[in-house]
Amino acid sequence: MNREIYGKLVFELSRPGRRGYRLPDNHIDPCAAPQGGEKAPEIPASLLRQTPPDLPECDELTVVRHYNNMSTNNFGVDTGFYPLGSCTMKYNPKINEEMAGHKLFASVHPSTPETSVQGCLEMYHTLQAALSEIGGMAEFTLNPFAGAHGELTGLMVIRAYHDSRGDSGRCKVIVPDSAHGTNPASAAVAGLEVVEVKSRPDGTVDVDDLRPLLDNTVAAVMMTNPNTLGIFEKNIPEIARMVHEAGALMYYDGANLNPMLGMARPGDMGFDVMHINLHKTFSTPHGGGGPGSGPVGVRAGLEPFLPNPRVIKTDGADGKPVYKLSVAPDALGSVSATLGNFAVQARALSYILSLGREGLMEVGPLATLNANYVKESLRDDYLLPIEGVCKHEFVFDGLRDKSEHVTTLHVAKRLLDHGYHAPTIYFPLLFHESLMIEPTETESKETLDGFIAVMHDIAREARETPDLVKSAPHNTPVTHPDDTAAALHPVVTFDQL
Amino acid sequence: MHRYFPHTQQEIAEMLQRCGVSDLRGLYSDVPDELLLKAPYDLPSEKSEKEVRDYFGALAAKNRHVDVCFAGGGFYDHYVPAAAQSLIGRSEFLTAYTPYQPEISQGTLQYIFEYQTMMCRLTGMQVSNASMYDGATATAEAMMMAVAAGRKRRRVLVSATLNEAVRAVVDTYARYHGVTVHTVDEADGVMSVSRLGEMLDEFGDVAGVIVAQPNRYGIIEDFSGVADMIHARKALMIMNCVAADLATLRTPGEWGADIACGDAQSLGIPLSFGGPYLGYLCATQALMRKMPGRIVGATVDSGGRRSFVLTLQAREQHIRRDKATSNICSNQGLMTLYVSVYMSLLGAAGLREIAWKGHQCALYLLESITAAGGCRLKYPSRPFLNEFLLEMDCDVDSFISRSLEAGILPGIKTGHNCLLMAATEMQTREDVDRLVEIYKSMAR
Repeated sequence: MNREIYGKLVFELSRPGRRGYRLPDNHIDPCAAPQGGEKAPEIPASLLRQTPPDLPECDELTVVRHYNNMSTNNFGVDTGFYPLGSCTMKYNPKINEEMAGHKLFASVHPSTPETSVQGCLEMYHTLQAALSEIGGMAEFTLNPFAGAHGELTGLMVIRAYHDSRGDSGRCKVIVPDSAHGTNPASAAVAGLEVVEVKSRPDGTVDVDDLRPLLDNTVAAVMMTNPNTLGIFEKNIPEIARMVHEAGALMYYDGANLNPMLGMARPGDMGFDVMHINLHKTFSTPHGGGGPGSGPVGVRAGLEPFLPNPRVIKTDGADGKPVYKLSVAPDALGSVSATLGNFAVQARALSYILSLGREGLMEVGPLATLNANYVKESLRDDYLLPIEGVCKHEFVFDGLRDKSEHVTTLHVAKRLLDHGYHAPTIYFPLLFHESLMIEPTETESKETLDGFIAVMHDIAREARETPDLVKSAPHNTPVTHPDDTAAALHPVVTFDQL
Repeated sequence: MHRYFPHTQQEIAEMLQRCGVSDLRGLYSDVPDELLLKAPYDLPSEKSEKEVRDYFGALAAKNRHVDVCFAGGGFYDHYVPAAAQSLIGRSEFLTAYTPYQPEISQGTLQYIFEYQTMMCRLTGMQVSNASMYDGATATAEAMMMAVAAGRKRRRVLVSATLNEAVRAVVDTYARYHGVTVHTVDEADGVMSVSRLGEMLDEFGDVAGVIVAQPNRYGIIEDFSGVADMIHARKALMIMNCVAADLATLRTPGEWGADIACGDAQSLGIPLSFGGPYLGYLCATQALMRKMPGRIVGATVDSGGRRSFVLTLQAREQHIRRDKATSNICSNQGLMTLYVSVYMSLLGAAGLREIAWKGHQCALYLLESITAAGGCRLKYPSRPFLNEFLLEMDCDVDSFISRSLEAGILPGIKTGHNCLLMAATEMQTREDVDRLVEIYKSMAR
């Protein structure tokens, strides 16, 4: 990463008269149209914009250099170790990018009749079938665009299911107090009321707290497993049984699916509906916040409620499969104008094919090995609130020695100086100084050892030269941007600067 | 080990030792035995890159090859600049997470800030967020924004001329979010403004009105007086617009809209069978704190340097949980970089040149195909930019399949006997002439 901020905004590089494009000549002479054709009415000036928008005027090199320079102020998985808990920042293989950009797919219009896009539909169906196998589900829709969109879609599936049975009084969703913020937010958007269930000291759901909450007003229980502390919910079979007895459904938030690969399937745990973040477990790049993809899977019997349209495989006249779009009357409706982020789906399929069943079986155990190795290597200096094996991630409650008042935020910022992305901090909310580390399976032992050594150095600095840690970062393109001022006097466009 | 996993057997043994377990299975001692997988997944074996390439090549070959695209319906075949494609592939951008650590995310934060500025200038609004998923979900979120701003009001009016696919998503969100949606009828291809007035009078509790520009038939609607009518009833005016057209058409800001939303695929994003595209959402300053999703703000760092951070996060799900303005977390971030690069290369002049080229080609297409007889503009008195609805005497499905055989997607079937046709800077006179020849051969 560059250590110098590249300071200009593109608007400051603009010069009147410059341009970075040339359009193709379409050879159309308006006067050359055949006689007798219909002419369109003129567009009244009142419907037109009188002043062009003030967009940059730049030549191509200026634009390329501008954005390239900006990229050097950024840190990605390709730059260095990114142990951001709950985000599964694994390596994003290059072949996936090549497949996503395939020239023959890039130009396909989403409204092309289905007989002409059999390849695209086969890709969709193949990926959904692979996800169904991995999730232990009957069918997946790939239409949702992101994890939170998947949660919303999954909750709508659940509501549509209850409605179809005339069971319309189910207005609540139970979520653990350790859940990601999207869980309660998605429930609210889906018109459901959120009820929190408490965690036990070991971080798992308190079954005794859950039991009295279950009645005929509960639509679903939303859980991640392993949970946000990286702890496997051992009581999941019992929880599923209780929830089903109460007539509610089990929703699996797939944010933490990675350590389950090759080891266990949500469907076998008793979950009825789940989503997967392809941009976590299936290696599609995060793109600085998106685009992602949040496929939703359902157990057998819930398929009719999936959003429209579904992609269905049928037998053609010549025995070859024919893929069709299906619109079902019981479906929850549609959640997207198209079949989702197709090019993101292509990346995930490329990843699944590249790994194959052998590679997929290794993902979970290696991710879990890396997490436990880092945890065991650092617990002498960092406070481990929960004993025992973790899965893909774990949480420290800050430094063990807090005598110099060095906080998790300070540790995180000091890591930036050493060329590491910070872990997730202050989440989950169960601890005051949460520092959540997820190494993923693609990191080598040397990388982890390097990180461990730096974390030990920081712990030593926190004792010996605490101010050095508290004033970090020292070595980044910008230091301590004032976010309080940013929120107090929001400047959200160049015109407001 | 697989090529993506660096572990040697010896390293695994050393690491397991530190973890105090004897094998990898030992790390799953907390998982009940009956839940552990007993057999590998029923999936194909590991493939080499060559085999993956071959696989995708074979899949692509199962699509019919289409050279020329006259289909639109909100998504258009535009020129894709090599520089835009190349720059979004920069791995520092591509493989970064959400910019929660601003010190090492200035690249992402800055392009979002530039994107927000460009979208505000394009739409004539004051604030933009850092993107929504697509135009349909952006419109649904705009509806929820209006409902949130309208306090107890849970009724929204939607023009019948809004794109059907967008409407379907709005309806889904409304149904589950407890919002009642009513359709404002159309008259001769545009929203009936008089009917809108009646409905606003009839229901005293409308939170927002969603209108479309250009509408689902490609028609440019005249919204004179509409904003005043809506505001007089203390409702919000939401305009769903094709983003690229706003360099040429009167903007939502100029019409007096409160929220502008829609899809920005038209800003040169590859069609890619439906995504990733880019939902945009812009609003007036007054609605800034009701916006869903991320917003980037400018500030200064401890050295006085201009820098950028995610701001107003108290609206968002990770802080506010079930009281958040939306559940959105991941958005279409990288696509905001794409359209920022695109708009930087094209500028206003380029966007307008594209619009007028599309217009010119659409006029030529209309004149040529109607000259052959047996088809006509469905709404002949209504102006359009680059898309129009053609009523056809022949069987529309047959025309579509005959054209596809020649590698041309002629448009999107609409209703029983209409075809929605769009033109851009990408089609040539020869393409139009070829399509018209196919049409003539059918008409004969």
